[in-house]
Amino acid sequence: MAAEGSKFIEVQPFSDEMVLSMGPQHPSTHGVLKLELRLDGEIVREAIPHIGYLHRCFEKHAENLSYPQIIPFTDRMDYIAAMNQNWGFCLAVEKMMAADEKFSGVPERAEYLRVLVGELNRIASHLLSFGTYGMDIGAFTPFLYAFRDREEILLLFEEICGARLTYNYIRIGGVSRDMPPDWLGHVKNFIDYFEPKVDEYNALLTENKIFIERTVKVAVLDEDMAINYGITGPNLRGAGKKWDLRKDEPYSIYDRFDFDVPIGHDIPRIGAVLGDCWNRYKVRMDEMKESVKIIRQILNQEIPEGPIIAQYKAVRPPAGEIFDRSEAPRGELGFYIVSDGSVKPVRLKAKSPCFTALSALQELSKGLMVADIIAIIGSIDIVMGEIDR
Amino acid sequence: MIIEEIQGLLCEKFGDKISPVEAGAVHDSCILVDPASVNAICQYLYDDERLAFDMLMCLSGLDLSPEDENLSVVYHLFSDVHLHKVAIKAVVSKENPHLPTVENIWKTANWHEREAYDLFGIVFEGHSDLRRILLPDDWEGYPLRKDYKEPDTYRGMKVPY
Repeated sequence: MAAEGSKFIEVQPFSDEMVLSMGPQHPSTHGVLKLELRLDGEIVREAIPHIGYLHRCFEKHAENLSYPQIIPFTDRMDYIAAMNQNWGFCLAVEKMMAADEKFSGVPERAEYLRVLVGELNRIASHLLSFGTYGMDIGAFTPFLYAFRDREEILLLFEEICGARLTYNYIRIGGVSRDMPPDWLGHVKNFIDYFEPKVDEYNALLTENKIFIERTVKVAVLDEDMAINYGITGPNLRGAGKKWDLRKDEPYSIYDRFDFDVPIGHDIPRIGAVLGDCWNRYKVRMDEMKESVKIIRQILNQEIPEGPIIAQYKAVRPPAGEIFDRSEAPRGELGFYIVSDGSVKPVRLKAKSPCFTALSALQELSKGLMVADIIAIIGSIDIVMGEIDR
Repeated sequence: MIIEEIQGLLCEKFGDKISPVEAGAVHDSCILVDPASVNAICQYLYDDERLAFDMLMCLSGLDLSPEDENLSVVYHLFSDVHLHKVAIKAVVSKENPHLPTVENIWKTANWHEREAYDLFGIVFEGHSDLRRILLPDDWEGYPLRKDYKEPDTYRGMKVPY
């Protein structure tokens, strides 16, 4: 029998337990997330997440829009990594369009541009995650450093597409515009400037004694549990699983680049164990270096000249359905699209990586301290816009 | 393993509860299964060593048109061991949209089933905590159904602008 109505925690009167509502307006919940905590002193007995405060019913909107019109809506899902969201959606539609003979396929030049902006956005996203995580834990300085560098990436995006947050840059079959003159030079300047910074940040926060105390051995998410929960991306890699769609199911032109997939490790020196908050965080720091590697490989070769968007008559994917996933900074972003051959999808479902990651919070937080909840939320790196859609 | 082989294995075990794979699908094809035995079929897909589907990538509700009398639930599975994928689909009627939960197999299903319940009104029997997840608790109707009419007011506020 389906339980109607809200489920709230019940507390026995005269017991030592209390119920605390954390959020929906709380600086550490990364958006509007409400957690209902049942506390015994400072120990969390139960934590129930309440989501939906940002729900805009993206999926219902999508059913009433043509495919190109949906792209700006994907921007507003994970607004921290909007390029990767555009890309994930376009990849799924392009896969459906491949059956259409009038669709000429994504040109080479567009693929290179996509990888460039995708990896830059991955760095920007991980920088924000790094900065806000430090701030949640109580270190304010890394936040300023992270935003200083993220700003440079946003300026690069502003140059190439005119927008700083919601880009609508990657379109079905290519990208919306070619790069401005000397844009690659600006990217190179940024990469040269940024590469040594990662080590600086590691010295600043990763190896910080207080930070280590707060994150090491906290909320261990092991590999089996992560897979059972469907958790992907840095959270899964932090648990020691070497799995990255860019490497294992290469899409676009990722198979042409040489990069590693960073994973978590047991580190006796600081006491870190596989799958704890520290390892999840560390994977993101290492990934930034890998993204730099990919960008540098593009800069070191000649980007082919030519068109930047495919030739096609209209986006009318042949009837059928598809599920396609791509590696966004927060994990595997999936799109399930059902088409009836018209310009609008019959059904579009976005499978958000943050949604599955947050669903594990209830199990992860049992028996920990209130302050650890903050450490968990920061380490799984959620964006509420993508969870609520 | 390709979808035909997976379908063959399922047929051996469950017989007529499994429909043949639709031929000539342009994109992905699905295995259509009997809704009442979804849990048993998923358990088999999870347990059997040849299949070992240990990951539920996505669980979606589906309503094709307002005239359609049925809703569907689509399970996209992935095996981390054999690196193969399959999509299975169960069709339930709009009048009585009940089918068993798969939450006991993949914990991913907990929130995804709540979402399908919230937006489509599909009831997953045996689910530990089936309630609305994205919409307010007192919302009426299931918005992703094609015959959904938005309410005039919600708590005294005008809804359509």
